[in-house]
Order: sequence, then structure tokens, then C-alpha cells
Amino acid sequence: MSTSTTLEKPNTGTWDGGNEPMKASYGKLMMWFFLLSDAFTFGSFLIVYGLSRHKYLPYTGDAETFTFSTQWWPIPEKVYNAFPGFHGVDLPLAFVALMTMILILSSVTMVLAVEAGHRMDKNDVQKWLLWTILFGSTFLGCQAWEWSHFITGTEEGMLLSDGARIFGANLTVNQYGPPLFADLFFFITGFHGTHVFSGVVLLVMIFINTVNGVYHKRGHYEMVEKVGLYWHFVDLVWVFVFTFFYLI
Amino acid sequence: MAMHHSDNDMHHAGEIPKAQTKAIWKTFFILVGITALEFVFAFFMDPSTTRNAIFIILTLFKAFYIVAEFMHLKHETKALIWTIIIPMALIIWLMVALISEGSYYFDSVTNYFK
Repeated sequence: MSTSTTLEKPNTGTWDGGNEPMKASYGKLMMWFFLLSDAFTFGSFLIVYGLSRHKYLPYTGDAETFTFSTQWWPIPEKVYNAFPGFHGVDLPLAFVALMTMILILSSVTMVLAVEAGHRMDKNDVQKWLLWTILFGSTFLGCQAWEWSHFITGTEEGMLLSDGARIFGANLTVNQYGPPLFADLFFFITGFHGTHVFSGVVLLVMIFINTVNGVYHKRGHYEMVEKVGLYWHFVDLVWVFVFTFFYLI
Repeated sequence: MAMHHSDNDMHHAGEIPKAQTKAIWKTFFILVGITALEFVFAFFMDPSTTRNAIFIILTLFKAFYIVAEFMHLKHETKALIWTIIIPMALIIWLMVALISEGSYYFDSVTNYFK
């Protein structure tokens, strides 16, 4: 039949699939468009954070005498100042600096794995994928610690007008400031953490495939590139979360 | 297929080319440097609109290096680059719209009780 012959013939005409204006494979393009849509999601989250911040009174007093209050938005340096093993020591932003370093390092090891894939160097791909999985999991562990600290709260807590004290934060009560602050913290860092977790799962899958020689038999390591794109995007989002949540 | 050809070549020992990692590590040090600079500003400058502007500019620099070098977008075709960049204008618009909305809300609530 004539239909079967047209299927076997490669399409070479300009308007029937022979033209590749972006010179990228289907899979890579789809990953880019997925990441674009994901960027909108994260963008919307962070913009809502900006809106909520502008909705609340900023703290105008001296940073030294800052106290947690539901009246004003907290100063990030006063909220994120804990470090595992240094209980009660004021180390502003130290832990988040460590987390940022870990995630940037994981991005570098990922790009090294992609580079090794271009050279068809199976051993190097395995090595760098393992490092990336290690750094990614470490980041997740750090985030778990940060969350549990945020939920448990500090020893002082927040003094309410009726003399009671509240400790830690959940979706309705928040010792650091307005409840909305804690809600946004949980949603934004949680959504990012979910992405990191999915990334680690994907990395483990491509690591197993690499070890089994799936990509070597296929003749290219494009799957590593695609997961790499996703992983770098997760790092990119963290760069923005870091700025808008922890610095500004 | 062209891919099979390179596959067969790789089966000979010692034919794996040497790693070209110079540009990768350079990008890494730029990212670490910018992050360190952000911490310098966070600790040695009082909070202000100027400081926030510095943070956002440095963040955009970092984003550029991650997307251009690590995600390799700089080395893709122009069509792909613009396909990714242009829709981001929508995000800028949303940001302008919602942040001014937040300020307006704050203003109206604060002034309501005066």
C-alpha cells in the first residue's frame, strides 16, 4: 500500500518534517518548553511573595532591637540564623549559604556528566552522576533540617499581647511574623524541594541505565542532557528563591 | 546511521577524548564569586532599595550564567533562544502588576483607619 511506503521514506521537504529550525531533538525541545511552563509556576509563586510583602508593614526600626511580630514582615537574617550543631548561636544565613554551595556544586557535577556523555565516556558519566545524586540528596537533607527547625521554632518564640508565647510555625500560627510568611515559606521551598526530589529520582534512573550500558548501546547520552537541563533549572530556581526569600 | 559509526569507534580502548572542563569550572567560580558578593552586601550594607536592586541584578547575572553555559542555551540556535526568552516578558509584566497591587492594598488598608 502506498501509505506504508510513505512511512518508511524519511521526510525531507521543508514543510513535511525535513526542516529543523531549532536544530534540537524533540525530547530536548519538549524539556525546554516544560521548563518554561515551570518557570511560570515558580515565577507566580515568587511574585505572590512580593505582593504579600508589599501588603504588610515593613520593619523600619533598628535591626539590633528586632523582635518577631505579626505586625510586620520579618527580617530574613533574624529568621534563618540557625545551624545544625550550634544551638542558640546566631549565625545569620550561614546554613542557607551552605545549601546554595551544595546546589551549585551539584550543577557543576551534572554539567560534567553531560560533557562526559558527549565523549561517550561511560565511567566518567557514572562518576559525575553519582556525585550529583550525592549533592542533591544532601541538599534535600539540609532542607528537611531547615523545615523541622522552622516548624519547631526558637526557644524565645513570639510574645503575644495577652502574655502567651507561640513557638514555631505551621500554616495558621507563625512565631516569625504574619502567618502568610510561613505559608509562603512552606509552599515555595516545598515546591522547590519536590522538584529537587524528582530530580534525584530521575538521576538515579539514568544512573542505573548508564551502568547497564543502555545509552552506550543507543550511541548517545542525550537522556543525560535532558535530565541535566531539568537539574540546572532546579538550581536556577533556587538562585531566585535564595535572593527573594533569604536576602531581600 | 551516523550514531552507530561513532559507537563502533568507541569500542577501541584509549579513544575517549580528554575532558574539556575549563569553561565549566570557570562558570562555577563566577557563580561562587557572585554568591559571595551577595553575602558581602547582605552583611555590610543596610537594607535599602539600592541593596535590593543590587541583589536582583546579581541574581540575573547568575541566572544568565546558569542558563547560557550550564543549560547551553547560548550555543543553541537563535530561534530557540528567543522562544525561551520572549515569554519571560509575561513574568515581568505579572511582577509589575502584582507588586504595585500589593503596595496599593497596603496603602488603602493603612490609610483607611486614619
